[in-house]
Parts: sequence; C-alpha cells; structure tokens
Amino acid sequence: MIPEIGQFSLILALCLSIILGSLPIIGASRNNYLWMSLARPLAAGVFVFLAISISILAYAFVTDDFSVEFVALHSNSLLPDRYKLTAVWGGHEGSFLLWTFMLSGWMLAVAIFTKSMPLEFVARVLGVLGFLITGYILFMLATSNPFDRIVPLPPADGADLNSALQDFGFIIHPPTLYMGYVGFSVVFAFAMAALLSGKMDAAWARWCRPWANVSWAILTLGIALGSWWAYYELGWGGWWAWDPVENPPLITWLFGTALIHSLAATEKRGVFKSWTVLLSILAFAGSLLGTFITRSGLLTSVHAFAADPSRGFFILAILGITVGGALLLFAFRAPLMKSEFGFDFVSREILLLSNNVVLVVAAASVFLGTLFPMVYQALTADLISIGPPYFNAIFVPLMALLALLMAIGPFTRWKRTSVSHLVQQLGKVGIAALALGVVLPLVVTLEFSLSATIAIALSSWIVLAMVRDIVNKTANKPTRLKGLKSLSFSYYGMQLAHMGIAVMLIGVALTSSFSSERSVLLSPGQSVELGSYGFRFEGTASVNGPNYVGEEATFTVLKSGNVVTTLNPERRIYLATGTPSTEMAIDAGFLRDLFITLGEQKEGDSWSMTIYVKPFVRWIWLGAIFMTMGGILAAADKRYRRLRRKQTVDKRAQPGSNSAGGELQPSS
Amino acid sequence: MNKLKFYLPVFGFVVIALVLWRGLSLDTKTLPSVLIDKPLPAFAMTSVGGNDISNSDLPDQIFLLNVWGSYCLPCLIEHPTLMRLAEEGEIPVVGVNYRDQQALAIDWLQDNGNPFAFSILDESGRFGIDLGVYGAPETYLVDADGVIRFRHVSVLDETVWQEKFLPAIAEIRAEGS
Repeated sequence: MIPEIGQFSLILALCLSIILGSLPIIGASRNNYLWMSLARPLAAGVFVFLAISISILAYAFVTDDFSVEFVALHSNSLLPDRYKLTAVWGGHEGSFLLWTFMLSGWMLAVAIFTKSMPLEFVARVLGVLGFLITGYILFMLATSNPFDRIVPLPPADGADLNSALQDFGFIIHPPTLYMGYVGFSVVFAFAMAALLSGKMDAAWARWCRPWANVSWAILTLGIALGSWWAYYELGWGGWWAWDPVENPPLITWLFGTALIHSLAATEKRGVFKSWTVLLSILAFAGSLLGTFITRSGLLTSVHAFAADPSRGFFILAILGITVGGALLLFAFRAPLMKSEFGFDFVSREILLLSNNVVLVVAAASVFLGTLFPMVYQALTADLISIGPPYFNAIFVPLMALLALLMAIGPFTRWKRTSVSHLVQQLGKVGIAALALGVVLPLVVTLEFSLSATIAIALSSWIVLAMVRDIVNKTANKPTRLKGLKSLSFSYYGMQLAHMGIAVMLIGVALTSSFSSERSVLLSPGQSVELGSYGFRFEGTASVNGPNYVGEEATFTVLKSGNVVTTLNPERRIYLATGTPSTEMAIDAGFLRDLFITLGEQKEGDSWSMTIYVKPFVRWIWLGAIFMTMGGILAAADKRYRRLRRKQTVDKRAQPGSNSAGGELQPSS
Repeated sequence: MNKLKFYLPVFGFVVIALVLWRGLSLDTKTLPSVLIDKPLPAFAMTSVGGNDISNSDLPDQIFLLNVWGSYCLPCLIEHPTLMRLAEEGEIPVVGVNYRDQQALAIDWLQDNGNPFAFSILDESGRFGIDLGVYGAPETYLVDADGVIRFRHVSVLDETVWQEKFLPAIAEIRAEGS
C-alpha cells in the first residue's frame, strides 16, 4: 500500500507540473497576473510531492520491501542501513527520481530567492522548469517506474547493491553531480525566459550569474568526487579514464565554464548576448546528453541488459523538444539582440572570447570522441574504441593554452588595453614562472620531465600573476589590509578558482610523470622497495562484515628505516552475489599517496599485490575544491544581495547595466 | 546582417539528434562478432576442474559456446535453458568461464548444475578478448568445423532459442546436406 502512495504522489506532482509548465508562461505573455502568480505555489507543490515520493522509495528500501522490483534488484536484507538508504540512486529508476527531485529543489530555490525580479520573468523561468519536470515525470511513469511491484510472488530477499557501490563515495558523488548538472537547467530556464520575453539586458545577466556560478561550483565538486571515488575504490590507480560516462559531465563543465565567463562580459559590457544564451542552451544540452548516454545503453554495451531502447527514444524526444525548441527560438530571437559596445583587439572582451573559443573547441572534441565509436559502428558495423591518446592529444594542449591566457585576463581592461602595459606588468612574471618551471622539478625529484616543467611554469605563471594583480589593486589604498578588504567577493572568487586550476595542473602533471607501481608476489615477512619507501608484508587475517567475508592484510611502510604507517588492504567476497571485491589501502599525503591493492592468494601463503606511489595526486582534487569555493564566493558577492534588498543598482559599479538599450530592439 | 547564421545551431542539433536516433536503432545485442564465419581462436588452456584442453577437445558437431561467470546474475536466468539443452542431448554446450575464480566457478556449478561438456578457465579474460566478448552471458553457435556462425549477446532463454538459434542451426544443416 505504501509504495502506491509514492506512485500517487508522483502522479500528483505530474498534474501540478503540467499546470506549472503552461499557465504561468501563457499568463506572462497575456499579462494575466493571476496565472503568473500561480508559478511559485505550484513549484512548491511539485517539490513537496516529489519529496514525498522519494521518501517513500527510501522507506521501501529501509523496510526491505522486496515486493517493489527496484528494491529487490538493488538491495538485500543484509545491506547496512546507510547503503539501503542510498541504494535509492543505485539503479536507473531511483536515480532518475533523485534527478527529478533535485530539479524540483532548484525550482523551489528559484521561487524563494527571486523576490526582487519581475513576476513576469519569474513566471517564465518556473514555467520552463515545470515544462521540463513534466517531461521527466512522464518518462518515469511511462518507462521507468521505481514503484513497480513484483506480483504475485515477491522474492524472499533482494539481489543486493552492486558491491562497487557500497562505499562512501557512492553516498555523496551522485547527489552532488546531479545537483550541479540540474543547476544548469535553471540557467537554461533563465535564458528561455529572456528569449520568450524578448528582453535581454544587463539585469538578466546579473540575475543569471549567481545561479550559473553555484551550479558550476557544485558540478566541479561532483566531478571531482567521482574522480576521487574511482581512484580509491576501483583500485587501478587512475583518476580519469575518458570513459563515455565520464565525458558528458566534462562537456557540461566546459560549456558551463565558458558560460560563466561570457556572462561576465554580457553583464559588464552588454556584449556577446546571443553567444551567452547559446552557451546556456549548450550547457543544458550537455547535461541532458549525459542522461541520455548513461540511460539508453547507447555506448555502454556491457550494461546492455538494463538498456531498454524505449527509454532512449523517450529521452531523445525530451532532448529534441527542449533543446531543439530552444535552438529554434534562439534562431528567431537572436538576430534581435543587439550587442552594445565596440572593443579593440587587445581588450578583456577578446580575452574572454578566446577563453570561450578554447573551451567550446575542447567540449566539441570530447563530444566527438565520445560519440565517434557509435557513428563509426552505424556506418561500417565495425567496433572501434577511441582511447585516452585521442583525448589527451587534443585536450592537453588546449588546456595549456587556456592556462596561458588565464593569467593575462585579469590584467586586461574592458574595451582597450595597451600591449606595452601587459608586457610591463607580466614580463618579469613570465620569466620568473619559466625559471621556476625548470628548477622546481629538478630540486624536488632530481628528474627532468618536460610535461612537469611546462605544468609548473604555467601554474607559477597563473599564481605569480595573481599575486602581482592583487598587489597592484591594493597599492593605492592607505594600508594593504584596507586594500584587500576593498576587493569584491567576485574578484576573490575568480582568483581562487584560477588558483584551483593552477593547483590541479600541478597535480595532473606530476602524478602522470612521476608515479610508480610494482606488482609482486610476497609471503609474510618479505619486503619490497618502491621509490624511497619499503613495504613489509606482515600477514593476513580474516575479517567478516555484515554482508561479506574477507581477508585483511597488514603492511608496514618504512622510509629510511623508520616506520611511516601501516596499511591494511582487504579482499572481500560479497555473500548475496558472490562478487569478489578489493578494498585498497591508501596512506594519503599532501605530497604523495601510497597505496596497495591485494590480489589473490597463490601457492602457500604468498599473495599477489600491486603497490603504488603517486606523488601530488591529492592536488588534483584540492584544485577542484578551490574552484568550488571560488564559484560559491563569487556567487556570494554583495551586489547580488544588494539587488535582493531592492535597492537601485549602483551605477558606478555596473557600467552598461542601466542602459535602456540593453533591451531588444528590432534590427531594422 | 545575415540572419541565417543563427539557424546553424539548430541545424547542427538536428544532425546530431538524427545520429543519436540512428544509434539507438542499432541492435547492440545481435551485433555480429568480427569473428563470424571465422574459426574459433586457437587455445591451449585448462578447464574449470584442472584438465588441459585445446581446440581438439571441442565437439565434432554443431555446439554452443556459452560465456558465463559465477558473479553473473543473468547467467542464472539462462541456466535452466542450458541445462535442458544439455540433458535432453539437443546440442552440446561448452562453457567459457570468463574473468572468474576457479573455486567460485566450481561452487557455482555444484550449486546450480553443470550443463557444460567442459568450461574453458579464462581467469585473465585473454581468451574472451580473442573472442571479442562484451561480458557474460554471451553465446556463440559454432559449427562442426569449429567455425563461429552466430552470436547472441545477453540472456539465452527459451524464446531466444526458438526464434534465433533454431533457424540458425537449420541454415547450417541445410548447407551441409
């Protein structure tokens, strides 16, 4: 009975979202106040019913209701409670419910935090989101209902959650990733509202920016969490594999990064308007494409059992209606958007434009590489795979170019910057960065590696330029501290995020260049050397968990005769499915990670194992954390909050923001 | 001003959407193996249970080569069909124990019954790579000369047997006579 209430709530949410997707939008174009004012309460209603629905699914998991098919396939009575709860997103149906619920959460946030915007605009934004949610709920009810029952004979116990998912990373990675992904739907809805109303002014860009920044920050964190989880759980020592399932979030992230930069130019200078709108549509399309690829079985043929072509066609239809419709609307309305100001060849506008070009080319290359095997198969019926070499060959030089431009950006001025000014400001910085790039790797590792040199030079370039810029900007203030206080949150957010890129760059380059690994067969008491560390195998003991049996090994790690730490990798067999699983042991450090994966017991008491030393690998995720904080800091800037208090816009701080010319004008 | 350029994104999107649509219509489950009409790759390995086996141990008639693993849940679904085929002598079945562990594989066969004449022990997945396996379960139809004639990815149940394998077998027999 209770699961049916969940299903019923889903249907109620559908009814409300159908109204939300139509009346407020029609009301906005007819200036019907009543219809427009329905948007906020309806958005809250959709959120409430989806919340009830997902809670009931969670309840079915916690109470081991195996008559619900989704529960029977993804849980087991022995599963620990925290995984029962999170098994809600352990499969297609439940994770799609989570996705839809997240969107309704964003929608509620829009309803609450847009008090200062005109009702007409809010009605359109929420209406577009309601339209989207209608599609999602219909998809669930038609092809992937998480509340389907197994009648008349439910199984006595469930098939268990995939053992690779029984991990902390699984608790936090999918919700964070989804939240970032779905956030770009909000930005998309803002862009649609602007296209529908025909008003594309600087105010629009200012309303949009905090939402885009926050979505971008959360998406960054979500991708980094996924990378971190794959690194410590899958046990192959990698942190990125260019897998078809990893690529769509990256494509969305690249479009999103381009978008937050282009929004800055649109807000401050009134330029690139149609381009910004197009990027909002593309970022959203990237997020839907991710859903499509992971849920249609299009590219992951190993998981073809779960794939049902009708799901793929349904999502493709959603993609076609929303993205296709949006692009068509864009084609009609974009010619009416007039950009404001001219600018010279060397100017901040051009720097931001080059950033956008690089990022969009990168996104397009990843997209092409992801879909190419499928296109090839469609044309020739042969299977090929596009591996990391293709992606690295294209992606790495593009990112290096981006890092090069990134340091220059903050030094340029809007409209016009003199080249001699840039050379004077950045000449010494460039020389210092090059010197550091050559010297630092030699001092730290005593090895020469070209990629390490380039990466450290680029990172130093970004960081030193940043320091120089902050020094410049605080030079005319009475004290440094006052100077630092006078800089805005959005400035600090930008610098923090750029520093995140520098940190990540170092992590990526040094890990790729200097990691070492060794596969060995050891008996208790034997040792092996790797890098400057010694690993002594002490023996194994059996350990049993609630739903698995396993063997735990003990290693003592030594450096120059001193004990550094002990490591305990495990090998487990999960009882419900008999799946073997290896739990690697990691000693994480700021400058290096040590880790061991336990293989199998061979003849006698010897075990096979692989030992890794990975320098600077933590910096990859540390950089992502900086970027996330930067994005959130920028979104917390005073001028967005000032807006909320309905004060008039500060004209000095926002050149170009008060011009009536920001609105659409007929082009002839 | 050239307004047509604003239609470029929507045209690009239509092309991509058509490609995706075409991609969905590709039936990945009956995707022909690159080895169709080619001989089974040569092997000299051990079986689950420890006997040395090679191509000469394969049946001298049409047989099924079934890729399975103790970790594979869908294999349990097709298992009754394989058991019936083997017990009723309809067709010999040879197993490929793919990326599994011998001890687990032996337990699995004891618990669920063993339809296989023998199972090639492919712990490393090397033979599976030669064969072009996506994952368990997967079933190949091999003729008396050891040539692969048909491939089915995913569960082989009675329906698949009736609708896909029986016609394929009839075709091979027709050629031979």
